Amino acid sequence: MAKITPPLPRALRPKPKGPSENGHAPATVKEKAAEKGITVVDWLDERTSMSAGARWLMFRKIPKGTNWFYTLGSASLFAFLSQAVTGVFLAMYYDPSATRAYESVRHLTNEVFLGEFVRGMHKWGSTVMVILVFLHMGRTFFFGAYKYPRELNWVIGVVLLILTLFMSFTGYLLPFDQRSFWATTVGVAINGTGPLVGPYLNDFLRAGPEFGVTTLSRFYALHMLLLPGVIGAMIGAHLYLVARLGTTAPPWIRADNPAAQREADA
Amino acid sequence: MSADRQQKKPRLTADEQIPGAFEGETVSRRRFMTGTVHTAGAIAVAAFTLPALGFAIGPVFEKSERRWESVGPIADFPDTTYIPRTLTISPGIGDVGKTTVYVRKYNDARDTQPKDQYNQYIAISTRCMHLGCPVRFVDASARFICPCHGGVYDFEGKRTGGPPVRPLDRFYTRVRNGNVEVGPRFSVNSELHRFSPRDPGMPLDGIGQYLYPARPSTRKIPGT
Repeated sequence: MAKITPPLPRALRPKPKGPSENGHAPATVKEKAAEKGITVVDWLDERTSMSAGARWLMFRKIPKGTNWFYTLGSASLFAFLSQAVTGVFLAMYYDPSATRAYESVRHLTNEVFLGEFVRGMHKWGSTVMVILVFLHMGRTFFFGAYKYPRELNWVIGVVLLILTLFMSFTGYLLPFDQRSFWATTVGVAINGTGPLVGPYLNDFLRAGPEFGVTTLSRFYALHMLLLPGVIGAMIGAHLYLVARLGTTAPPWIRADNPAAQREADA
Repeated sequence: MSADRQQKKPRLTADEQIPGAFEGETVSRRRFMTGTVHTAGAIAVAAFTLPALGFAIGPVFEKSERRWESVGPIADFPDTTYIPRTLTISPGIGDVGKTTVYVRKYNDARDTQPKDQYNQYIAISTRCMHLGCPVRFVDASARFICPCHGGVYDFEGKRTGGPPVRPLDRFYTRVRNGNVEVGPRFSVNSELHRFSPRDPGMPLDGIGQYLYPARPSTRKIPGT
């Protein structure tokens, strides 16, 4: 397949210079600023060739009938970004030790300026993200957008769904109040009911036979280092495939000229 | 695969017309270098992944010695009801590492399992065998009741209702200097035979004990 870089949109194309401007330095401040901006972009582009990639990613053709349902993927992405940003700021106050975790969350919620708000964003945002991911999956399913050649992207999406749920599971323990402790006890026990591997999964999650010194820090490390890293990488792959393969038209859209379309398909 | 690919390559590099081939050389220098670089890369990656992996799964094999903890003089414990006591099962994390254990004297009229040195006093764990919530002994009905999903156990800790899959776990007990001491945990099947400790949700009747193997490091006291 020949790789075609889409042309720049009209607004971004450089304007041809008028006869009076020829050979003259830019006059106004605005023109000077624009000139400097172009210099910086050109400098970067000469060394990275980024503009072709950026055009390939951003100025894609989309099928007729694209509608608001197609924004659910971006919505999930923004939910993830919101979780990432609020999570970083929560981590500045959080202390992942069994004896001090609850106290640090209490301090963050009750005493830190805007702490309750940022924690609320993270807490409710996690639910929003799970809902959005499910809606996104439903859109893909009902529009038949998982079919050839997009099966791999469906598989990556399912992995992302599982990772999102695993984020919810590991994050639930961190406030370390009665509810999160017992919910995690129950969640780990559910893991353990898997025959043969269950007991070992339990020990891996808890870092030992009992809920111990390192269980909380283990959940914390999974929640804020390992899982976000894997999710970020998977989102990258997911977006690459979306840009590579394009999106599908909704199932109710018919080709303008069915005969010509059949000809082209054959 | 094309036809020439299937042709057998000559054994000696000299026969492949490679310039500067030594006599009797079978591996070209290019192949040797490629192999060396790949091997070095694999060793470098293994050098940090294997320790990390071992670190992560190490706790499965860690041996945790549970010490015996005194819960009070023998006169404290009647044989008709349970007395709650607090045990530390996971040291170093404050209240989170503590658990309640219900203790009573062996009741000759009601207890059926053979009496030995470890069950003159019965210590019952409060960990529900459905999914691990804390059960409570209700005196009026002489039942253990779980608040989470409605598990009910009788006076001996055997399941009488709800979703739990086996009777409540127990702890070994012994008497030292007139005090009752509580030791390691063990699990029981519906006939109250002792098994190595299992987590909640793992049945021990039938093939359950093979589907849910005990961790190699935490075993019941041998011969019990």
